[in-house]
Amino acid sequence: MNPRRKKRLTIIVSIITAIGVITGLVLYALSQNIDLFYTPSEIINGKDDSGIKPIIGQRIRVGGLVVPGSVKRDPDNLKVQFDLTNKGEMIRVKYDGILPDLFREGQGIIANGILTESRLLTASEVLAKHDENYMPKEIAESLGEGHKIPEYSEEQLNNKY
Amino acid sequence: MWKWLHPYANPEVSYHFAGKLIPWFKYLTILLLSIGLVWVLLFVPADYQQGNSFRIFYIHVPTAILSLSIYSTMAVIAFCGLVWQLKLADASVAAIAPVGAVFTAIALITGAAWGRPTWGVWWIWDARLTSELILLFLYLGVIALHSSFSDKSQGGKAASILTLVGVINIPIIKYSVEWWNTLHQGQTVTKLGAPSMASEMYWPFLVCFFGFVCFLGWIISLRFRTEVLSRNAMRPWVKSVAELSEKK
Repeated sequence: MNPRRKKRLTIIVSIITAIGVITGLVLYALSQNIDLFYTPSEIINGKDDSGIKPIIGQRIRVGGLVVPGSVKRDPDNLKVQFDLTNKGEMIRVKYDGILPDLFREGQGIIANGILTESRLLTASEVLAKHDENYMPKEIAESLGEGHKIPEYSEEQLNNKY
Repeated sequence: MWKWLHPYANPEVSYHFAGKLIPWFKYLTILLLSIGLVWVLLFVPADYQQGNSFRIFYIHVPTAILSLSIYSTMAVIAFCGLVWQLKLADASVAAIAPVGAVFTAIALITGAAWGRPTWGVWWIWDARLTSELILLFLYLGVIALHSSFSDKSQGGKAASILTLVGVINIPIIKYSVEWWNTLHQGQTVTKLGAPSMASEMYWPFLVCFFGFVCFLGWIISLRFRTEVLSRNAMRPWVKSVAELSEKK
């Protein structure tokens, strides 16, 4: 390789390395802001690396698994409450609205709302997180992973407003 | 060791080489994509959870994976172009960038259409979606830089530098779902180890994926040829190519 090419090669490689290091440090510093949601254990115990906890009255997103058997729906309207869990901690979520089709017990959910008590989130939006596993119904049933879309009666929908 | 590559630095040789590739890519694209799309729309079983809306996977995932591979390819070419001062590298980057931009846009739009019925939102500023949007802006920046200099070689140089700087974004997109909490699900097919989908869903994915790869090869070869022609318009070999095509 002739010296001019060698020089250009060193310049380019060092520029890219420098930019890579800078971006790496910036992302590392911002990592808590890049996280889309808090998990229930992070709300109770703080983030793993920084120990930051949300304060009561703060608007946050919580992501966790819906605890089986915890979903309680009001038969007259759209009000619903359920518990989200991870790593043994639990957060109760209250929500008034239509749940996404993928909502079910054991499913990963992200709720966006205000932390009204230390373990209670009053949600204004509930999003369903689906995992990266895809399979046909028959296989899912043989694994015991059936899915039922949440249904609403006419009366429940009418009482919304 | 690299001697066999040297003749392709000549625009005329690579122009004709790209011309020979086009029919292969074209017929493979038509074959694979028609088999793949009929297969996934009519015969692949619906997902146990998402039902039929999961079928958009077969367009969303190939285009999203390829939007990253196209960018990486472009970056390698830009790197070689800057170090070895190859004129053909500029032509290739100029040919590839718009295709990459379109693939990124398709990935973003199909992702939004998929997100609405499954997650409940069209768009959310999570790490995966945001970094993919930045990738779209990088492609648009490369396209803009190429055409904003009156001197083509200077524009090519500026665009190559931007391409190399932007390559930092590629690992960020790929690992965003592992490094941070996101709404976007983890990797199904690009991770190490077995893909986490049933085999009767995985095979049609492979057919669609290679269909899109051939589609890329086809479009990029076509664009590469026009770029080479427009950059060498004054050369005698281009004139003879033009005369030959007129006779036909």
